Amino acid sequence: MIQFLQTYGSELMVKIGEHLYISFFALLLGVVVAVPLGILLTRFHKAASFFIGLASILQTVPSLAILALMIPVLGIGKFPAIVALFVYSLLPILRNTYLGVKNVDPNLKDAAKGMGMTTMQQIIMVEVPLAMPVIMSGIRLGAVYVIAWATLASYIGAGGLGDFIFNGLNLYQTDLILGGAIPVTLLAMLTDFLLGILETKLSPVFLRTEK
Amino acid sequence: MRHKKIMIDEVMNLLKLEHVSKVYKGGKKAVDDVTLSFNKGEFIAFIGTSGSGKTTTMRMINRMIEPTSGKITLDGEDLSQKDPVHLRRGIGYVIQQIGLLPHLTIRDNIVLVPKLLKWPDEKRQEIAKNLIELVDLPEEFLDRYPGELSGGQQQRIGVVRALAADQDIILMDEPFGALDPITRDSLQDLVKDLQQRLGKTIIFVTHDMDEAIKLADRIVIMREGKVVQFDTPENILREPADKFVEEFIGEDRLLQARPNVTTVEQIMLKTPVSISPAKSLNEAIKLMRDKRVDTLLVVDDAGFLKGFIDVESIDYNKNKATSVADIMNKQVFFVRKDSLIRDTVQRILKRGIKNVPVVDENSKLVGIVTRTSLVDMVYDSIWGDDSEDESDAAEVHSTTTEKVE
Ligand SMILES: Nc1ncnc2c1ncn2[C@@H]1O[C@H](COP(=O)(O)OP(=O)(O)O)[C@@H](O)[C@H]1O
Ligand SMILES: [Mg+2]
Repeated sequence: MIQFLQTYGSELMVKIGEHLYISFFALLLGVVVAVPLGILLTRFHKAASFFIGLASILQTVPSLAILALMIPVLGIGKFPAIVALFVYSLLPILRNTYLGVKNVDPNLKDAAKGMGMTTMQQIIMVEVPLAMPVIMSGIRLGAVYVIAWATLASYIGAGGLGDFIFNGLNLYQTDLILGGAIPVTLLAMLTDFLLGILETKLSPVFLRTEK
Repeated sequence: MRHKKIMIDEVMNLLKLEHVSKVYKGGKKAVDDVTLSFNKGEFIAFIGTSGSGKTTTMRMINRMIEPTSGKITLDGEDLSQKDPVHLRRGIGYVIQQIGLLPHLTIRDNIVLVPKLLKWPDEKRQEIAKNLIELVDLPEEFLDRYPGELSGGQQQRIGVVRALAADQDIILMDEPFGALDPITRDSLQDLVKDLQQRLGKTIIFVTHDMDEAIKLADRIVIMREGKVVQFDTPENILREPADKFVEEFIGEDRLLQARPNVTTVEQIMLKTPVSISPAKSLNEAIKLMRDKRVDTLLVVDDAGFLKGFIDVESIDYNKNKATSVADIMNKQVFFVRKDSLIRDTVQRILKRGIKNVPVVDENSKLVGIVTRTSLVDMVYDSIWGDDSEDESDAAEVHSTTTEKVE
C-alpha cells in the first residue's frame, strides 16, 4: 500500500483529478438538461412517458457499447466520455425530477396558482423547493453511476482511474487494479455523502425535521 | 338571525355572471347557463349537492377555470380581457385543504401575495404583524412553520393570507369543512366579522346549510349546474323555490325557521277595528255590536295608537263618562309589525291577551294579531312536529315588552 503510493502517488492524484473532472461535467450536464426537462415534462404528461421510457432504454444499453458508439461520432478523449456518461446520469435525475415535481401536493400547486403566481414562480417558489429531496436523491444516484462508469472512460482514452484498472488487467497486476478500484469506490461514497449533506441543506425545513 | 335589507338598486353590482356555462373535456356540463350578480360587501354562499357545480362556478371568478361560454364581469370589466395572474392577486383565495406552503414561515405565507406584488419589505412586516393580531394568534407564530400549528390555527392563517394584499373579493371553497365543530364555529364568526368590519365581498362555497344560513347575506342554491334559487336566507326559508330546495333545507329546518323568520306583519289582520278618542261611548258600543268585537283600539286622527277600550269598562263607566278618551285604558300591549314571531309569540301567549295591536315604526296602528291566528301558527311550527322536544316548546323568549303611555 505504502509502496504503491510511493510508486504511483502523483499519478494517482492526476487520475483522480481526471476522474472527477469527467464525472463532474457529465453530472453537471445531466443536471442542467434533466432537471428542466423533468419539470417541463410535468406540464406535458403524454410526452413524459415517452421521454422517461427513452431514458430507461438508454440506461440499459451497455456502457461500453455507448462509449464505443461515441468514437465514430465524437472521436476519443474526455469530451466523448463526458457525453456518454451524461447519458447515464439522465435517467435517475429526469425520473426523480419529474416524479418529485409531479407529486407535490396538488392543493399547494392550486393555492400557489390561485394566489397569483406565474408559472415560473410556481416552479421556483413552490414546486422545486418541495420536490428538492426527491430531485437531490436522483442527482445522488446519478453521481454514483457516473463516478462508477467513468472508470470505463479510460477505454476511449479519457483517462481517469480506469487507466489503473485497465493497466492492471493487462499486466495482471492486482495492486494496480485495486489502486484504481478502491479510490473509485471511495470517491463514489464520498460524493454520495457530500451530496447527502447538500440535500439536507436544500430541503425544506419541515421535511428536515421529520427525518 | 339577520334581518338586514339589501338594497340592490342602490349598490352597483360588483360581480356579474351572465349566461355562464362550463363544459369539461369529455362533455360533462358542470355549470349550465348561470346568471348571477353580486354586490360589493355581500356575503354570498353557494350551496348544493356534491357535483352541482359550486366549485366550478367559483373558480371561474378567478379564472382558475375558463368558462366555455358566457361572460363574467368584475366592476364592469370583462374578466376574459384581464391578465389572469394580475386578477388572482386581487382576489383572496381560501381552500378547504388550507394550502399554506409548508416550506415557508407563517410570516412568509401571510405576505405571499404582497411579495408577488413587490410591496416593500417594511410594509410586509407590518401587514404580517397586524394580520396575526387580527386572528388572535401570538406574534411568535410568525416565525413558525405551518406544520407546527393546529388545523384551526392554520386555516386562520389561510383566511388572513387572503386579506394580506387588501383584496376586496375573497373566494372560499368549503374552507371550514375539515375542521371540528367548535373551531369551525369560531372561524365562521371570524370571517363574518371580517366581512362586516372590512367591507369584503365574500363568495363562499359550502355544503352545510346551517353555515350558509349563519353567514350569508344571500344564498345561491345549485343543482346539476343550474341555479335553483338565489335569495336571502330568510326568503329561502320562507319560500323555498321548489321541492328540491325544500328537501335540501330539510323539513326540520323549515319548521324551526318559520317562527324564526316570519314577521308579525305576515300573520296579522290588516283591518283592526278602531275608534277615535273623541267619539262617544254610545258610538263605541254601536261599533262593537256591528263588528261583533268586545274590544276597540283607540287611534287618534293621525293614526297613532292611544289605547283600548273593552265592553266591561264601557258598562262600568257608562253613567260617569261620555267620550272614549275618558275611559280608555292607556296600558296597551302592542308589537311592531317587523318584529319576528319568534320573539313575540311567547310573550303574547303568556300574557293571556286575546288580541295584540300591531304598529309600524312610527307607532301608527297597522293591524292586529288575534290569539286564534297565533295558536295556529305556533301549533304548526312548534308542536306540529311530534319529535320536537318539550324544552323547545317551553322555551320562553325574554324580550322587552313595549308599552304606550
Ligand atoms: N376537471 C374536471 N374534469 C371533468 N369533470 C369535472 C372536473 N371538475 C369537476 N368536474 C365535474 O363537474 C361537476 C361539478 O363539479 P364541481 O364544480 O366540483 O361541483 P361541487 O363543487 O358543487 O361539488 C361534477 O360532476 C364533477 O364531477
Ligand atoms: Mg366543490
